[in-house]
Amino acid sequence: MWTICRKELADHFSSIRFLILFCLILMVALVSTYMAATNIKEALEGMSKPSHVFLLLFTTPGKFFSLVQFIAFFGPLLGIIMGFDAINRERHHRTLGKLVSQPIYRDAVINGKFMAGVITVSITLISLMLLLTGMGLFTVGVVPGWEEVGRLAVYLVVSIAYVSFWLGLSILFSILFRSLATSALAAVALWIFFSFFMGFAADLAADALKPVKNPQDPEEIVENRRAADAVSLASPAVLYSRATSTILDPFRRTRSNLVLTGPMERLSLERFQNPLPLDQSILVVWPHLTLLAALTLVCFGVSYTVFMRQEIRTI
Amino acid sequence: MGAVIQTENLTRRYGRQVAVDGLTIEINEGEIFGFLGPNGAGKTTTILMLLGLTEPTSGWARVLGVDPARDPLQIKRQVGYLPENVGFYDDMTGRENLRFMARLNRLPEDKAGAKIEEALAAVGLNGEGDKLVGAYSRGMRQRLGIAELLIKDPKLLILDEPTLGLDPDGTVKMLDLIKSLSSGRRITVMLCSHQLEQVQRICTRVGIMIKGKLVALGTIEELAQRKLGSATGQNLEEIYMRYFKET
Repeated sequence: MWTICRKELADHFSSIRFLILFCLILMVALVSTYMAATNIKEALEGMSKPSHVFLLLFTTPGKFFSLVQFIAFFGPLLGIIMGFDAINRERHHRTLGKLVSQPIYRDAVINGKFMAGVITVSITLISLMLLLTGMGLFTVGVVPGWEEVGRLAVYLVVSIAYVSFWLGLSILFSILFRSLATSALAAVALWIFFSFFMGFAADLAADALKPVKNPQDPEEIVENRRAADAVSLASPAVLYSRATSTILDPFRRTRSNLVLTGPMERLSLERFQNPLPLDQSILVVWPHLTLLAALTLVCFGVSYTVFMRQEIRTI
Repeated sequence: MGAVIQTENLTRRYGRQVAVDGLTIEINEGEIFGFLGPNGAGKTTTILMLLGLTEPTSGWARVLGVDPARDPLQIKRQVGYLPENVGFYDDMTGRENLRFMARLNRLPEDKAGAKIEEALAAVGLNGEGDKLVGAYSRGMRQRLGIAELLIKDPKLLILDEPTLGLDPDGTVKMLDLIKSLSSGRRITVMLCSHQLEQVQRICTRVGIMIKGKLVALGTIEELAQRKLGSATGQNLEEIYMRYFKET
């Protein structure tokens, strides 16, 4: 398995499409973080005792979007370009038959490819984060506290899991579809749907399930919103963005939107303005994190079984 | 001389279709066995079962004394299989492709280097080892395919159409190579081919498979005696066509 993993890693890092995407992400990340940093610096002048400044570097939008939003959008693409041709490229070049007639277990092929993808994603995201942290230290001049470092670390782990979900999904498509274009398009289509259209879809579903007959009736509106919320949780993109925004923002202590908070919850939100400690933030989004991990595992599990049960002739 | 491949009533069904129907065969050490038959006769399915890549519906097989359905890894360590139209990683050089195969076969790194040079020399590619495989000609690719098999010091080679699409010169070189491997290293060879002339030139024994059934098995002289009435000076193609028309 490690042999295949090693070769795939070498392939990833020398492939042009990975380099292009990496440069693109790096460039955008540097620019947006730099803009955020200068904004923060201006805002900080005159404040006596700011807290959790360092996290703001990643979560405040510069001119267009914050780094976290950007990764939420583009992370999946990273997973997709590494996975969409994992198996069918080997089929295409007629190397899969040769590979499985070597003295290795068949699952070593797919495990090795998945591992290589996860390692590449980890290296990419971690190095990106470190670069930006370094730049942030220079421009803002604020040293992050341990808790902020902890939050960033948790954010990194969740992001890697999220990109791995897309990697697993695109590997599944590369097993199911013979043609490279079909599997790439299927993965990208799903990505676009989940990241951009899930909101509309959730609204539609909510209107169908719990229609708002009387716009004046707050009960009905809350019911409607609650349904939309539940439906949108089916999208890993929504799960991910909610989880990470809570983790990176210590002042945020609920994962639902404001309409849905009960009176007591709202009261407590207004009363206590102190930041949550890291473990409490994690507790708030724990269901999201488990769901995300489960989705990733299910995705890889399905690809694994499909690949193992496939008749070798068709390989 | 023991049997390298032995099968008994080996059968494989795909739904209602019978791909291989009760195949019983024995191939001995040092033989070059020609495995003939039209397209879709079940040759590839048989090979996949011998390598443990597909499970037989009924019957059994032993390859080098091991049951492929039980311990395919043990077999794949000692058997080199060259599929029809074998593929390579085109963005790697010939040497890198070989090194990858050596690693998959768990050859220690220090021995792998020498093995790779030896395999390249055996197939006459030592000058081209550092070229990208994408730039190889068809003949070179086929020879590289053989080199990949030699890396694991195989006891048995299963070659599927190794001369397909080669020019006459390449074909002769390929056949000579197969012959020298068989005589020099005592490797047993199972050769699947439609090019009967070539099969006749190098094979010691042939089997003809039609529609999943083995219809003939023996040396070319034996088959000629049986079908055409005289053992010498006969052409394998004629024998093959006789069998083909009868079934």
